[in-house]
Amino acid sequence: MSSPVEVRMIVNGTPRAGRCEPRKLLIDFLREELGLTGTHAGCEHGVCGACTILVDGVAARSCLMFAVQADGATLTTVEGLADGDELHPLQQAFHRHHALQCGFCTPGMLIAALDFLATNPEPSEAEIRDALSAVLCRCTGYQNIVKAVADAAEKMRAAGGAS
Amino acid sequence: MTGIDVDYVGRALLRREDRRLLTGAGQFVADLELSRMLHVAFVRSPLAHGRIRTVDLRAAAAAPGVVLALNGADLLRLVPPAPDAQLSLPSKWTAAVQHDFLNPQQPLLAHDKVRFVGEPLAVIVADSRYAAEDAAELANVELDPLPAVVDAAGALAAGAPILHEHFGTNRIGHFTITKGDVAASLAAAPHRLRRRFVHHRYAAMPMECRGVVAAYDARSDAMTIWSATQVVHWLRREAAHVLQMPEARVRCIALDVGGGFGVKGHVYPEDLLIPFLARRLGRPVRWIEDRHEHLLCSAHSRDQVHDVEIGFDDDGHILALDDAFTADSGAWNTLGAGIAYNTAVHLPGPYKIANYSSSATIAVTNKVPNSAYRGAGRPEAAFVMERLVDLVAAELKLEPAEIRRRNMIRADEMPYHAGLLYRDGEPIVYDSGDYPEALEKALDAVGGLVAFRRHQAEERQRGRYVGLGIGCYVEGTGVGPFEGATVRLDPGGKIYVASGACPQGQGMETVFAQIVADQWRVSPDDVVLALADTAAIAMGFGTIASRSTVTLSAAIHHASGKLRDKVFAVAANMLECAPADLELRDSSVGIVGVPGAAVSLAKIAAAARPGWDHSRPSGVDAGLEETHYWEPPTVTWSYAVHVAIVDVDPDLGRVSVARYAVAHDCGTVVNPLLLDGQIAGGTAQGLGGVLLEELVYDESGQLLTGSLMDYLVPTASDVPEIAMIHLAAPSPLNPLGVKGVGEGGAVAPPAAIANAVGDALAPFGIEINRTPIRPEELVAAIRAARSR
Amino acid sequence: MKPAKFDYHAPASVEEALALLRRYDGEARLLAGGQSLVPMMNFRLVAPAALIDLNRVAGLDYVVADGATVRIGAMTRQRAIEFSPLIAARLPLLRDAVRRIGHLPTRSRGTIGGSLAHADPAAEIPMVLRALDGQVVARGPAGERRIAAADLFVSPLTTALASDEILTEIRLPAMPDNAAHAIEEFARRQGDFALAAIAVTVAPAAGGRHTVRLATGGVGPVPQRLVGAEAILEQQGFGADTIEAAAARAAELVEPLGDPHASADFRRHLTAVLTRRAVTAASRALA
Repeated sequence: MSSPVEVRMIVNGTPRAGRCEPRKLLIDFLREELGLTGTHAGCEHGVCGACTILVDGVAARSCLMFAVQADGATLTTVEGLADGDELHPLQQAFHRHHALQCGFCTPGMLIAALDFLATNPEPSEAEIRDALSAVLCRCTGYQNIVKAVADAAEKMRAAGGAS
Repeated sequence: MTGIDVDYVGRALLRREDRRLLTGAGQFVADLELSRMLHVAFVRSPLAHGRIRTVDLRAAAAAPGVVLALNGADLLRLVPPAPDAQLSLPSKWTAAVQHDFLNPQQPLLAHDKVRFVGEPLAVIVADSRYAAEDAAELANVELDPLPAVVDAAGALAAGAPILHEHFGTNRIGHFTITKGDVAASLAAAPHRLRRRFVHHRYAAMPMECRGVVAAYDARSDAMTIWSATQVVHWLRREAAHVLQMPEARVRCIALDVGGGFGVKGHVYPEDLLIPFLARRLGRPVRWIEDRHEHLLCSAHSRDQVHDVEIGFDDDGHILALDDAFTADSGAWNTLGAGIAYNTAVHLPGPYKIANYSSSATIAVTNKVPNSAYRGAGRPEAAFVMERLVDLVAAELKLEPAEIRRRNMIRADEMPYHAGLLYRDGEPIVYDSGDYPEALEKALDAVGGLVAFRRHQAEERQRGRYVGLGIGCYVEGTGVGPFEGATVRLDPGGKIYVASGACPQGQGMETVFAQIVADQWRVSPDDVVLALADTAAIAMGFGTIASRSTVTLSAAIHHASGKLRDKVFAVAANMLECAPADLELRDSSVGIVGVPGAAVSLAKIAAAARPGWDHSRPSGVDAGLEETHYWEPPTVTWSYAVHVAIVDVDPDLGRVSVARYAVAHDCGTVVNPLLLDGQIAGGTAQGLGGVLLEELVYDESGQLLTGSLMDYLVPTASDVPEIAMIHLAAPSPLNPLGVKGVGEGGAVAPPAAIANAVGDALAPFGIEINRTPIRPEELVAAIRAARSR
Repeated sequence: MKPAKFDYHAPASVEEALALLRRYDGEARLLAGGQSLVPMMNFRLVAPAALIDLNRVAGLDYVVADGATVRIGAMTRQRAIEFSPLIAARLPLLRDAVRRIGHLPTRSRGTIGGSLAHADPAAEIPMVLRALDGQVVARGPAGERRIAAADLFVSPLTTALASDEILTEIRLPAMPDNAAHAIEEFARRQGDFALAAIAVTVAPAAGGRHTVRLATGGVGPVPQRLVGAEAILEQQGFGADTIEAAAARAAELVEPLGDPHASADFRRHLTAVLTRRAVTAASRALA
């Protein structure tokens, strides 16, 4: 009902649990209950995309889900991208191409790009731009993000699709 | 310029900031988690204009989780009014510029009247934001509605409802600047044109909204404020005033800040109210602005209407320009004359105009207060001037580029005395640059004018409408009054630099590490920076107005010079030589020409310590730390030429930007990678402003664009690849030769795009003299032209 | 922007969900993909007493060919439709329409049934349902009924579904292999709701003639079939003048809405332009 409920999920490979009201947005649960503040709330109405995470392997807005809906789900957030100290190819490419300035949209950009490349490993520039229009960036004018995603796609293909 | 060897300045170093931001380890104000922290929501005005009858919070205060609920009247009894939030003007300016200003002060919560939709009426503090929003819905607000004024013309009309009744007028500011004899030279001009130009209201819209967290420590009577702000020292000053605490007991920190662009460049009521609540409740208090609040209540910008007359001769030489404009400041006037004055002095741009006058009237309206946003009055100025140049060209049937060539200040005319005063009270002198060269290079970068005109003619044969537009501007950057740097030799031999500059994504941790590394012949990795924290340096100004690279690099230079003298004195004592024989090399100080004879900076730091067994020479104080507050002589002038090629779909009114080039000069380039990022980002914002973004109010003062579904921030599909050409005429006004670049990108796109669309639609005789360029209006104009 | 409190239920079956709907007697909302409902809740524009989350209801997520009909479970994600080979083969118009809905991350959650039940006048899926003359299946206390596209959409955000009914399935006639289609949209940005959209299908028919279906999105209060314009094309073919005449007819047939994003007059104009372009593109694809 509306009283707090137990929510369990696998986040970045680790089982996590917490209690919250059913109305608690997934992004708030991640940030406040699990301390995963890498995922950012930029609009809370599904437009800006900063809060994009992977839910059961596909990108979704964590501001448009209630935490209770993710009970039993497997999530990936920006904190789960790097392999230990080794940054993910997308993270490396963002660094190399200066694809971030303030960094607020970056977690959403990275996750949206990761999901997109899983559906389209060899995209054209227009397809990258189309896909990245899922996340708003106010700092970069996007061109370095587009370059970074294209570069990362190439590196990920060269690595045999391993991410 | 200064004889500094540069090793790192000029290199495209990758950013030191990136790793934390790429891994989710950055820390923005909303990420801060403090024990027993409380959460805030506001009760906001549903009306644009009304008298407050009651704000009854009894039900809200009794709601679950609520700790405190206060309305404006309650608060007025508890807190002194906020001090003057406006940027002060130097006496040189006030003595010279004909002006009059009134100065309404926004209270922390509205208590007598509401003056815009969203103005806070009451504050709710609860144990979660969810609970606070629940309670805010329970507030019983009764307002007596008053008619609203929603534009400057309406505000200034006879009989208009008055926002601030004690003034008896909505005209809260006026000034006139003039040079030459405008009336006479206009009268004598062979050609004259009169036009009205409208630049609409849009806003910075950083992806992170604002936010404030405050914690009070009763033991030491100390307040810490974390705010997503561009101006930590300004905030500390005002908070200390409101809290009636010594500034030394108030610390203000900006953590990672998710974009600012001006909207976070002044102190807001929430910045002061949240610390007050934290002290009153003895618990940390947090307010994180949501996007709806941001659109409804954080500062907007632009919103000017210009009426201009220009006089010119048969060859297109501009003889006189007479500008009168109104600026809609919204309900309060956050920055005084700053923005409107920027518009007035930047309007002549890169052109020689002997007779010029601009008269500004600032009006209050029932809209969100206006403030600085990337460009801060300059996009409006460039739009007016650059449209006029194209109109002159059309009138004389000449190439717009040619009119620019004939009127531009040439490189051999530098430094050029513009005959006006900057807002720092100093005469405007364009210090360096080659404007015509920037024009030619920008045109070349889109394939050249000749080739374009051929292409355009071919396209028109096929019923397609392409156009080329130019937008030029000059920009005073690095404005005073000051910025400071404390430079310290850390015991480990690293160079520690503290400043009041506040980054929001510019990459300052990288750029200043490069600058400091060159000053001290160390690796950037050996530079430790403390920015955006009032505890790190006594005085600071903050990051607004394209100023930090200019002002802080100079402050670092001078503080380093002072410290170097002391370091050399200690090193000379250790190496038993004269200070004049020494040089900095590889994190050490060595004797010039003697390879092995050196002592590391770490050893020098140890030697300079106070206490026993130091190695200071007599007469040298202990410690290695120097502070310098650099006061720029005046601004240094950046400039750029933007060229856009657009494709206009005459049936849909859709404008596609096919090519876009920027040729610009910001003096010495510290980091070309980051520089390009600043220009690309600024340009994207300018493109968004002219083509997509618009804050729309209805006649009752309701904001119709209160979500990102309605306020259209450009996406990756809306922004073209931007070609950049760098000219680098070093500024003579600061040690490194840098000029500011933060804002420039956003200044010219409205002008360039409007000119390009006008050029594309020239067969229809359509002039684009207002922004934004709306598809519907283009289609209507084309249909009207076709039916003529 | 936090939603108000609600009771939360995640039934496992349609029956259970129907029982909950009855229990809350109009005060509950069904939660499908949530890409429209949750923003409205975050803005507190809606504050239902209860949410009945359909995401754990079994058996509402499928795409199957059933003779000449394609049946799609109401909780099928837009993303699943986008990447479904069956949809690509049998309903390419739907696939192309779905690609225009929001962005990939919103399509991961958004469902076909949710989009239809929400009935945003500018949404793509209602336009396709109308263009293809599909129908939906609704289940309520009295059992199952079918609602034709023409009857489903009542007004903006309002459908013929009763408050105790659940939309469970979408049925669309498979497009003939030799049919052509096109969608033309005018939106200010990628992924935005269209200010106007036109979907068209053209299928060869007997005697060298063609069957043409034209539907609007984003123009009027509900998606609309443009039968009068279809007739011109079916009778006179796809010459430039005929297409122009059909486009002009289309603009006469619509009853456009005006709002701050576009006036009614502009939407009428867009209807003509987009009809012309869509029909031209589809007729070329046919050839």
